[in-house]
Amino acid sequence: MIHIENLQKKFGKNIVLSDLDLIIEKPGVFAILGPNGSGKTTLIKSVLGMVVPDKGNISVMGKPIKKNFKYRKKIDYLPQIANFPGNLKVYELIRMIKDLRQSPSDEERLIQLFKLEPFLDKKLSTLSGGTKQKVNIVMAFMFNSPLLILDEPTTGLDPASLIHLKNLIREQKEMNKTVLITSHIMQFVAEVSDIIVYLLEGNIYFKGSIEELKTKTGQTDLEHAIAAIAIEPAHV
Amino acid sequence: MFKILKYSFYDLIRSRWSYVYFLFYLLLGFVLLFLNNDVSKAIITLMNVIIILVPLISTIFGIMYFYNSKEFTELLLAQPVKRSSIFLGQYLGVAGSLTLSLVLGLGIPFVLYGLFKSDAIFDFSLLLVTGAFLTLIFTVLAFNIALSNENKIKGFGYAVLLWLFMAVIYDGLFLMSLIIFKQYPLDSFSLGATIFNPIDLSRTLILLKLDISALLGYTGAVFKKFFGTDQGLFVSIFMLIFWTVLPIWRLVFVSRKKDF
Ligand SMILES: Nc1ncnc2c1ncn2[C@@H]1O[C@H](COP(=O)(O)OP(=O)(O)OP(=O)(O)O)[C@@H](O)[C@H]1O
Ligand SMILES: [Mg+2]
Repeated sequence: MIHIENLQKKFGKNIVLSDLDLIIEKPGVFAILGPNGSGKTTLIKSVLGMVVPDKGNISVMGKPIKKNFKYRKKIDYLPQIANFPGNLKVYELIRMIKDLRQSPSDEERLIQLFKLEPFLDKKLSTLSGGTKQKVNIVMAFMFNSPLLILDEPTTGLDPASLIHLKNLIREQKEMNKTVLITSHIMQFVAEVSDIIVYLLEGNIYFKGSIEELKTKTGQTDLEHAIAAIAIEPAHV
Repeated sequence: MFKILKYSFYDLIRSRWSYVYFLFYLLLGFVLLFLNNDVSKAIITLMNVIIILVPLISTIFGIMYFYNSKEFTELLLAQPVKRSSIFLGQYLGVAGSLTLSLVLGLGIPFVLYGLFKSDAIFDFSLLLVTGAFLTLIFTVLAFNIALSNENKIKGFGYAVLLWLFMAVIYDGLFLMSLIIFKQYPLDSFSLGATIFNPIDLSRTLILLKLDISALLGYTGAVFKKFFGTDQGLFVSIFMLIFWTVLPIWRLVFVSRKKDF
């Protein structure tokens, strides 16, 4: 699925990712965790080709992503901040993305699920933060791509929508897809994810199941385990 | 790329400013024709307006569009679309809609006035062609400035400075150097200086085609000898193309390395 080798990225003098290796082979839900500014979004954007790495190789589905753009058809992406062109209406935005991707989509079901019908002909600039995030979710889940990348999908959602989101993620898992998620909400992570990838100081600090993480840190819940892993670097 | 072009183009066509720009030229065309009652004279006045205004409007439109479509660009970057297509599509959308406003806005009054029956048709076409080139050139220069400057205020400032330099300061420096070095032969210098500024180049091209002795004296003769010939026209068009293609190439090149 995703092979990352020797990835390095600096912004000016700020080394965000250094010699990072990561292989994601199996289907399942992978949670990419780490403190604020640890480079989760940068890692994701490198895979999408939005951030250009200084060094290293990335392959998606067996093909290097350098000088390639077609592979993005296999990826659905939910950006951390739902920044949409404000002068478009919701249905215009959805129609435009469908037109650009030319893949089968089932936005109707998702629009119903998140009760977005009343907002379809509103301009995106007039929507509330949570409603924008729902549109963001619809756009990420409406295509049937084998790889989903969700950067903080829970931001601003009300409890009912959060439940829908979790169900959607489980659905993807049952369809044998690979889902990458970043989140700071450990309860959510514990509920949906199979594997934890922990980023710290520009590198993968831990990769394994939640159980492995708990055993390793001697903690009984994920939140404390994550807190412990960050404090005691000597335990690796 | 054509899909992106289409979306940018529609987006702009729907915006109020495109209409304002179009109506401005429409009005200008009618007023000049009524005041002058002469197609050739109207063309000269128009030239003076176009030479200054087209670069200014293109620069400002270009820079504003680039910054305002940041979200659109970011959305597209995650889609299966080539980077160069994203930026070229947006650029051609902006430059295309501006050119359309110019050509239609001026074309309609002149055609209604009986352009096709007058012998000024070639001069008028040349005016529109240089206007289109100036639009293409200054829009892509503005896109380049915006791409290299995250800070909108700075980018906007540089863009306005660029216009000011090309439209006003360049001529001042040019004239000053002509006065200071007047004891030396300056033919090739002034020819070169004119060729390297698309605004001056366009102005000279039109003036000499219109056969007005606005450029008096010896230099005028040299210019006439150069620009009046087919070879001169050819070199001028080549330079305008060069001024368009080089910044487009830089736009594609720099955008490939940028992080979003
Ligand atoms: N375009 C950019 N230009 C300069 N620095 C950047 C840029 N994007 C990210 N950074 C820096 O890179 C570092 C990592 O940022 P990143 O957004 O990847 O963190 P993150 O792990 O996603 O954090 P969060 O949990 O807050 O989302 C930060 O220090 C940030 O300031
Ligand atoms: Mg982030």
